Amino acid sequence: MTAGKTRRAGAQVAERIAFALIWTSALATLAVLAFIVLYILDLGLPHVSWRFLTSAPEEMGREGGILPTIIGTIVLTLGAVAIAAPLGIGAAVFLTEYTWESPVTRAIRFGAEALAGVPSIIFGLFGFIFFVTYLKMGWSILSGSLTLAIMILPTIIRTAEEAIRTVPNPYRDVSFGLGATRWQMVTSVVLPNALPGIITGIILAIGRSVGETAAVIFTAGTALNMPTSLVSPLRTMAVHFYILAIEGISLEKAYATGAILIITTLTVNVLANWLIVRAVRRHRRKS
Amino acid sequence: MEALRERLIGRALLVVACSVILALAIITYFIFQAGLPIIVRLGLDDFLFNTRWQPAEEGGSFGIGAMVLGSLWVTLGALVVGVPLGLAVAVFSAELAPEWLSTLIRPAIQLLAGIPSVIYGFVGLMVLVPWVRTHLGGPGLSVLTAAIVLGIMILPNIISISEDSLRAVPAAYREGALALGATRWQTIWGVLIPAARSGIGASVILGMGRALGETMAVIMMIGNSLQVPRSLLDPATTVTSNIGLEMAYASGEHREALFATGVVLFAFIMVLNLAANAFSRRRLQA
Repeated sequence: MTAGKTRRAGAQVAERIAFALIWTSALATLAVLAFIVLYILDLGLPHVSWRFLTSAPEEMGREGGILPTIIGTIVLTLGAVAIAAPLGIGAAVFLTEYTWESPVTRAIRFGAEALAGVPSIIFGLFGFIFFVTYLKMGWSILSGSLTLAIMILPTIIRTAEEAIRTVPNPYRDVSFGLGATRWQMVTSVVLPNALPGIITGIILAIGRSVGETAAVIFTAGTALNMPTSLVSPLRTMAVHFYILAIEGISLEKAYATGAILIITTLTVNVLANWLIVRAVRRHRRKS
Repeated sequence: MEALRERLIGRALLVVACSVILALAIITYFIFQAGLPIIVRLGLDDFLFNTRWQPAEEGGSFGIGAMVLGSLWVTLGALVVGVPLGLAVAVFSAELAPEWLSTLIRPAIQLLAGIPSVIYGFVGLMVLVPWVRTHLGGPGLSVLTAAIVLGIMILPNIISISEDSLRAVPAAYREGALALGATRWQTIWGVLIPAARSGIGASVILGMGRALGETMAVIMMIGNSLQVPRSLLDPATTVTSNIGLEMAYASGEHREALFATGVVLFAFIMVLNLAANAFSRRRLQA
C-alpha cells in the first residue's frame, strides 16, 4: 500500500467519524426538543381540565385554576402588540420606502439590533424604574405592555422590513405609473402584499410576550386578582408558572400551567412557521 | 396639497422609526442614572472584584465579584456545550441532511427558540438537577447544570446564523475542493467552515449575549449561593439571577446596587453587540 492510499483511507475514516458525530448531534438536538415538550405535556396534561382553565386560583395557586393568569397574558400581550405593531410597521415602511441608505437609517438599524440584544432582565429593570416608578404607573397592565412593546419592537421591524422587501419592484412602478402617491402605493400595494410576512412577525412577537417572565414580573407585578382596569396589576401564565415552581407551591399545578404555556407558545410558533412557508411559496410562484 | 400631505407622512414615519433610537436612549439613561452613582461611590474596582455582597438598606457591603465569576463560568460552560453542538447541527442542515430532513430541522430549531425560558429552567430543575446530584455528586443545583441547559437554549442563535453563512459560501469553493480530491468532510472542515467564519463568529457572540443575559432559567438551576464556586458541581449565583431574585424586595442602597449590577450587564452586552456587528459587517464585505 502506498503512502497516498493510506492517507486517503485515513481521510475516509476521519470523514466517517465526523459524519457520525454530526448526525448524532442533529438527532440529539431534535430529541431534546421532543423530550422537553413531551415531558411537560406528559406530566401536565393529566391535571388540566376545563375547570382548571376557567376558575380562579385558591390558596396562592395550590388549588383552583389559572383563569386570571390566562386573561392577564392575553391582555398584556394584546396591549404590547397594539403599541409595537404600528410603530414597528411604520419604521419598516420608512426604512424601505421613504429613504435611502444614510447615517440616519444606519442609526435606526443599529438601534433595532442593539435593542434586540438587550436581555429581558434589563427590560424589567428599565420598565420598573421608568414606567412603574418615574411615570408613576405602578405595577400595571400599562407598565407591562409598554415594556413588552419595546422588547418586541425589533422583531416586528425586522420581519416587516424583510416582508416589504420581497414585494416585487414592478408592483411599485405600476402603482406610480397609474398616478398613485407614495403613501397610496404603500397602503394599497406594498402593505397588502407584505401582509403574511408582517403577520408572521407579529405572531412571533406574541410568542415572545407570552413566554416572557423577567421583563413582566417587575412591571406588571404578581397580583393574582382579575385585572379590572389599565392600571391594575396582574400575573401572566409564565410568571404564575415560575412562582408555582420556585416557591414550591404546587408541582401538580406547575406542570399543568407549564403544559398550557408550552401548548400556547408551540401553537403560536407553528402558526408563524406555516405562514412563512405559505408566503415563500406564493413568492416563488410570482417570480 | 397632496405633496404637503406626502411630506408630512414621510416626516411622521421618520419620527416613528426613530422611536427605536429613543427607546434605546431612554433605557440607557435610566439604567445608568439609577445604578451609576453607587458605582462611582464604591469605585468600579471594588464593586466588580469585591466578593462580599451583604445587602442592607444603608451601609451594606456591595461587591459583585462572586456573581461576575458565576456569570463567566456559566456563560463559558454554555458556549462549550452549545457551540460544537450548534455548529454540528448547522453543518448537518446545510450540507449533509437530505432535503426533507433539512426542511424539518429549521422549524424544529424555531420551536426550540420559542420555548419560554422558565420552561427550560423548570425541566432543568426537575430532570437534570437530580441526575447531576446522583451521578456526579454535589447538590445538583450547580454551575454545570445551568451551563448545560443554557448551552441548549443558545442553540437556535448559533444554528440559524451559522447555517445561513455556511449556505452563503459560493458553490465554487465546494466544487473546487471536491475537484482537488478532498473528501466531503475535508471540504467542510478545511474550506466551508473557514469561509463562513465571520458568520459563525457573530453567532457565537450573540449566543454568548443570550447566555449571559438569561435570568429566570438560571435562577431555577444554579442554587443562588453567594459563594465563589470552586468546582463545576458547586452552586453559584450570576449577575442576572441575583438581580432577578433580590429586585422583588430590595430598597434604598440595596436597590441602587442591583441597578448598578444592571449597568455592568448592560455595558457588557452592548460591547458584545458591537463585536457581533463588526463580525457580520466583515462578512458582508468579504
